[in-house]
Amino acid sequence: MPNVISCLLPGVDFDRAVEGLLGEADRVAKQLGLRHVAVTCSSSDVIQQYAASHSDRVVSVQSHDDLDYQPESCLAMLDAACAALEPRVVLLGQDTYSQELAPRLGYRLGGSSIGDAQQIDADGDRIRVHRSVYGGKATAVVQANVEPVVIWLRARAFSPEPERPNAAPVETEHFDLDGSGNANFQATQIVQRQHESAAGVRLEDAQAIVSGGRGLGGPEPFDELRKLAAVIGAELGASRAACDSGWVAPGLQVGQTGKKVAPELYLAVGISGASQHLMGIADAKVVAAINTDAEAPIFRHCQFGLVDDYRNVIGPLTERLVDLKSTSNE
Amino acid sequence: MNLLVCLKQILDPEVPIRDFRIDAEKLEAEQGSANLVTNIFCENALETALQLRDRCDGEITALCFGPEPAEEVLRKALALKVDHAYLVENPGISQYGSSGAAMVLAAAIEKLPEFDLIVLGREAGDWGEGQTAGLLAERLGMPSVSFVDQIEPIEGGVRLRRQTDFGSEQLTAQLPIVASITNSDTNLPRIPKTRDIMLAHRKPLTTWSLEEIGLDEQSVRAAASATEVISLNAPEKTAACEFVAGDSSDERINDFAERVFKIIESL
Repeated sequence: MPNVISCLLPGVDFDRAVEGLLGEADRVAKQLGLRHVAVTCSSSDVIQQYAASHSDRVVSVQSHDDLDYQPESCLAMLDAACAALEPRVVLLGQDTYSQELAPRLGYRLGGSSIGDAQQIDADGDRIRVHRSVYGGKATAVVQANVEPVVIWLRARAFSPEPERPNAAPVETEHFDLDGSGNANFQATQIVQRQHESAAGVRLEDAQAIVSGGRGLGGPEPFDELRKLAAVIGAELGASRAACDSGWVAPGLQVGQTGKKVAPELYLAVGISGASQHLMGIADAKVVAAINTDAEAPIFRHCQFGLVDDYRNVIGPLTERLVDLKSTSNE
Repeated sequence: MNLLVCLKQILDPEVPIRDFRIDAEKLEAEQGSANLVTNIFCENALETALQLRDRCDGEITALCFGPEPAEEVLRKALALKVDHAYLVENPGISQYGSSGAAMVLAAAIEKLPEFDLIVLGREAGDWGEGQTAGLLAERLGMPSVSFVDQIEPIEGGVRLRRQTDFGSEQLTAQLPIVASITNSDTNLPRIPKTRDIMLAHRKPLTTWSLEEIGLDEQSVRAAASATEVISLNAPEKTAACEFVAGDSSDERINDFAERVFKIIESL
């Protein structure tokens, strides 16, 4: 009998996206009347345990090289593990590695692939995926005419399912990559990893984001935004203009050309609201903006706004928020 | 080093939302008065290739699968001094199907001299799925790396820097390889000189039909329809922004702060 598979790749931390991924795989499996098998290539105990209490079965994929992600070998392991499970649907997350491998896995499994899913309909003959297109200006429903279909899910677009009363059995499968004779394994090697933010909250998972754009005019004002962000427990983001100008690290970029975020609050400072930026914040619950130009497109996409120069605002706003916090703590 | 850059022409993603219309029959955006442009990540890919050629010699070939107007993206690439340009004409097959595009690109690549490095944009500004690089690598039997923003030559291959969820990674890679390119401050597209734009129109550009690369419309359509758009809607966005009121700047900032705090407190 075919299965619905969720894949958890190495290097992925346990977060809302992992919960949503397992939750959606459970729901899709239920709709299709199939079993949900979680394929984990993760050394994280938390992820292993969560997978066991949110699936019918866990296949834990192990290799001799301690689960360090390498594109070619990880793809080969996922392909072998998934193929043995007769997949109908394979779900992956939004992390770099999942996005990198999803289309290739779909191809190797002889199926199709769809990226950036925000909703999956599995109640008809065919699997259908709702996704945002044209820079967030439209929503498309895409049908997989060839199965298995490998789909990567937008982080935070999917909700978790409650824990199951009984943990699923965990099987461990070892892959001996050297013995399989595939020359491509050594073709690429990740030789160094650099972590940019010590805080460790990914923008995609942030509950609140304070973001700066071209209007800030240089790198220095971002220090003020950092202070404001720290006061309200937000992460710092930036528009493409700010990143391209080298004012902040490229990893902070929000938009179609950067991270797609879904915070409860997105505060845009000095960001005009180009289409590609708006696409990255389409899933934000509340967008608020500070901009000198009342006609800036960002104001057509936000719930509340302040028309003023950020220079007059950020300092007093930060102080006011500090006051409000201390008052509420009393 | 022999480099290939794949380029895609798309509807200008910066077309204002008020001018955005959907062709309900074709299930794609209407062009209307919007321009057709080179997909931004493709421009980053081209820039990355140009920088690499500056450092290690070799040639750059630009390849595009698109309708006749897509010749423009190749002319622009020629203005930026790519060495060869090839257009595979799309007879009207849906732009959505990445597997169709990958099939066509792979067939064209097999007709050309061997490449050491193939670069593509990370995703396109229209359908934005980021599937083509991976699918192309599979069709060519090559390894691939995504989200690359820097490539430098090293002994026996290349060193790649790519952006990840947590920062960046360095990879070493043997050749040939497929890389999908993302934007960073190191690969901002250069602007062609006016004179080079004029000259580019006189440079040779090869146009191939699907048949000339050993394919036919039916098989490409079949590949492209592995995934199919069955509906496309542009939801009406209402302007709901409430500008904080108040006679003084202080009052407005206070109001703003209270609204922000209310949300933060509820988290």
